[in-house]
Amino acid sequence: MAQRQSFQIGTGAFIVLGFAALGYLATQTTSLANYRQGASYDIKARFTNVGQLKLRAPVKVAGVRIGSVSEVKLEPDKLDALVTMSIDKRFNKIPDDSAASIFTSGLLGDQYVALNPGGSPDVLKNGDEVVLTQSSMQLEELIGKYLVGQGDAGKTGDKKAESPPPSNDKK
Amino acid sequence: MNATPRALSPLTSGLAQIGACGIFLLQTLRALPRSLRYLRETVRQVFFVGAMSLVIIMTCGLFVGMVLGLQLYHTLSIFGGTAALGTVVALSLYRELGPVVTALLFAGRAGTSITAEIGLMRATDQLDAMEMMAVDPMAYVVAPRFLAGIIAMPLLACTFNALGILGAHLVGVAWLGLDNGTFWSNMTANVDVWDDVINGVWKSTAFGAVCTLIATFQGYTTPPTSEGVAYATTRTVVFSSIATLAIDFVMTAFLM
Repeated sequence: MAQRQSFQIGTGAFIVLGFAALGYLATQTTSLANYRQGASYDIKARFTNVGQLKLRAPVKVAGVRIGSVSEVKLEPDKLDALVTMSIDKRFNKIPDDSAASIFTSGLLGDQYVALNPGGSPDVLKNGDEVVLTQSSMQLEELIGKYLVGQGDAGKTGDKKAESPPPSNDKK
Repeated sequence: MNATPRALSPLTSGLAQIGACGIFLLQTLRALPRSLRYLRETVRQVFFVGAMSLVIIMTCGLFVGMVLGLQLYHTLSIFGGTAALGTVVALSLYRELGPVVTALLFAGRAGTSITAEIGLMRATDQLDAMEMMAVDPMAYVVAPRFLAGIIAMPLLACTFNALGILGAHLVGVAWLGLDNGTFWSNMTANVDVWDDVINGVWKSTAFGAVCTLIATFQGYTTPPTSEGVAYATTRTVVFSSIATLAIDFVMTAFLM
């Protein structure tokens, strides 16, 4: 009986250790660790182009994470991208004239939404929309504009180079 | 005497082996409900193939993590991306290295001993003696080991992963001076529970089933001689390793 007891204890310890390892991997080393425990509220913003903005991308104010993107969808009638962000309840004093922009962390990093606080005394509440938005900067588009601009300048002289580049940069 | 031409005989014997293994799998699955009577035996096998493998799994996990930390730090520093060390280590461990290396170690540590044990039972007529006593060896010997392999392998793989992360953290943060917060925050930002962690758990469950199936099959069908048991043990390691890597490719293609 004593031996049977010892292997049962060993098996139990092994199983507990295995599940503890699984729990540790699942909660401490994955994006689950970033899910807020506390309550949150949703705000919306429209962008003409969200670039590579993904679900659960961070929402930052002054570079500090205050929430995450919970939904990205296309508005069927306006053909705008509607981004829903859930913001931590603790940060409930964001002025309603704040501006939302999509930035890239680093040159090639992930994209995130930056909220630039305005000065209005009214604050954003659950379901409110951020009106001032700036779409994501498309690196390819910038390069394309630059190249096209250069090419035209070379071919047709100064007159064309000063005018905005031709509309073939539209995606 | 044999109708098949000589040149084809390796092919046909290989096919026969695969077929016999498939039938053996069905028999094992059919014996699983009956083996629930021998729950104590299953627990004993979980202890034997799982808990007793912990030392080798944990040691190897730690070293694999440390090597990954060193190698990837070196490679990432070429591109100035050492901040991604935690992410890359975690993803490669969870998705590939953890399940696969655990399965290979498991085949060497537990698979061989299962084969040798059942093979010796066969060689010393213990399996026949059980049948004489109306104890089904499939339900009493094979099924508990099969079940134990399926239970133990994911847990071993998770332990391996956890120790691997620890090893990479040791090398990256404590030794090479990477920032602790960067290491963890990049990892938590880019590793997903379902896509990465649970994906690896599914893989290792499948490897556990395959490795123990091969081990029990080789032991059960071994020629009852000492040479036969020796060959069966070797075949267990060879076939388990091949099957693990092949199934890994297929599962990666489907689970991606």
